[in-house]
Amino acid sequence: MRYLARRLGLFAVTLWAALTVNFIIPRVMPGNEASAVLGTFRGVNPAALHALEIQFGVHTHQNILSSYFEYLGNCLTGQFGVTAQGVPVMSEITSKLPWTLGLVGITTVIAFLIGTLAGVASAWWRGGRLDAVLPPTLFIVSTIPMFFVGLLLIYIFAVKLNWLPLGSNYSIGTTPSFSFSFVWDVIKHAILPGLSLVVVTAGLWVYSMRNNMITTISEDYVKTGRAKGLANRRVMFDYAGRNAILPNLTGFAMQLGYVLGGAIVIEYLFSYPGLGYLFYTATTDHDLPLMQGLFLFYTLAVLVCVLIADLLTAVLDPRTREA
Amino acid sequence: MTTGIVDIAAGEEAGGLEVQGAPRRLIRAVLGNRKAAVGALILLVIAFVAAFPGLIAPDDPHAAIYASDASPSSSHLLGTTQLGQDVLSQLIWSTRLTLIVTLIVSLIATFLSMIVGVTAAYVGGVTDRVLTVLTDVFLILPVLPLLILLAAYLPPGVTSLIIVLCITSWAFQARQLRSQGLSVRNRDFLVAARVRGERPLYIILVEIVPTMTSLLAASFLSLAVYVVGFAASLQFLGLGNSGDLMWGTMLYNAQSASALEAGNAWWALAPGAAVALLGTGFALLNYAFDEIGNPALRPVKRRRALRRQRGRASA
Repeated sequence: MRYLARRLGLFAVTLWAALTVNFIIPRVMPGNEASAVLGTFRGVNPAALHALEIQFGVHTHQNILSSYFEYLGNCLTGQFGVTAQGVPVMSEITSKLPWTLGLVGITTVIAFLIGTLAGVASAWWRGGRLDAVLPPTLFIVSTIPMFFVGLLLIYIFAVKLNWLPLGSNYSIGTTPSFSFSFVWDVIKHAILPGLSLVVVTAGLWVYSMRNNMITTISEDYVKTGRAKGLANRRVMFDYAGRNAILPNLTGFAMQLGYVLGGAIVIEYLFSYPGLGYLFYTATTDHDLPLMQGLFLFYTLAVLVCVLIADLLTAVLDPRTREA
Repeated sequence: MTTGIVDIAAGEEAGGLEVQGAPRRLIRAVLGNRKAAVGALILLVIAFVAAFPGLIAPDDPHAAIYASDASPSSSHLLGTTQLGQDVLSQLIWSTRLTLIVTLIVSLIATFLSMIVGVTAAYVGGVTDRVLTVLTDVFLILPVLPLLILLAAYLPPGVTSLIIVLCITSWAFQARQLRSQGLSVRNRDFLVAARVRGERPLYIILVEIVPTMTSLLAASFLSLAVYVVGFAASLQFLGLGNSGDLMWGTMLYNAQSASALEAGNAWWALAPGAAVALLGTGFALLNYAFDEIGNPALRPVKRRRALRRQRGRASA
């Protein structure tokens, strides 16, 4: 339990740090970016504008500490300010969230499975042909910037072959429904951005999984499993794999920030209207409240995943429960 | 082939007494490892292009004097931009600033992570706890959103790019260097230094850091992989100065002009490929470095593995 308590502590500290970063940035950065941007906000109701002024330290005559606590209070009660158009940041985010959740969620799980299985297999048949080819290839591919993979896929499959759409989430003119043709349309639009994400992220986990697995395989209890005459698959997954995956689970959650960042670039490249595209439009519009709200939201998403990974680790590894 | 690697290990064991032979051994180790050799070759070629763009580039990168949006031809191997500039010349001239930014950021970030990691490990106590929490926080904060947020407040340009990349990239290496620092913390030579009454800063810089040379080199290489990609991503999203001659800004300009659909796809694909190639060069060297430093990860010789399999089958 102490393990989980410590992880919860880190959760709270990181969240507090993200909020503080948000509060400090507008105050320490040179120039008067925030006041210039807020000056362009029209039609925002006075109470919301006041909250923004506190957040960004513009025109406030109260001392910085009371502003800070008022800002923290606003965030903790779910008030993340309004965008340049006067729409609450939170409702802007939740309206775009399903597209990103679908695209990034599904592709990340696929990529993690591919990477982990490839790591297990290449460690199991260490020194074989699979081991010589698979991990280095996936690893090298994972260092290729996502936008380049995306550009290539667009060029080949959308521009040259014209098999799949160039971008967006569904064809213009179709109305969202649960019909087969609409769902197929959505899938067709998600293939290229999804593939770009899978290709690049699968390699993130293969190398560490392989190395964990190699260390685990030489443990005595794995030899015992073999000596007992257990089926290969049983030893591979239940004995070695289960333990080798533990560090990778935390790695999975940690890499999520990287994947979400990559998804910003991919969504921009494919004009896919999720959170990443919203982030991009917020930067081009200099919509600082929206950008800061999105930054907080991304941090929260990563933190929740880290926490889930910690819970899973506690389930899979009894040692963490006792410690 | 393996002798070079063994020599390096032996050299380190001897405390690097034979300084003169070290570079030669390094070169032999790099040439002996195929991944390292390919990586080094890629980086050498890119460094040459960055050093002498005027010798190679067929044209002035800014001269907007040709037909716009032309596809590749014998006079313009990679076509022209929307403004009628030669894409190949832009690509070649952009190499320099891209490489310089990558190297500067990787150096500064390696230094930052060294200071944070080693200080945490050596000083210990409250300092260690504070620095460790700081490192963990920076590890969890999503990098690209933080980069975008910081960049949005700064004037677009190379200096801002370097600053925001340095702020966001040191954490992972700091953690690794901390654990390495912990492992040497109670070794005899440090105890001796403490007994001699050396100051902590002296001990950190003169006694501890030299034992980490290979880890620092590996940190530098993996940071470089990361910086190449993030710098380009940030510029691709429009957070750079589109006037700077860099691969990322070329990508941004090409994407804003819908180059892929307009028929001069190489305007976007070439700088993308260049970024990927530079990243791959650093990654290959880094991968090989891991293998040189950690023999357990080295590929097992195929024949031995086969023999073992046969032995198992017959048993």
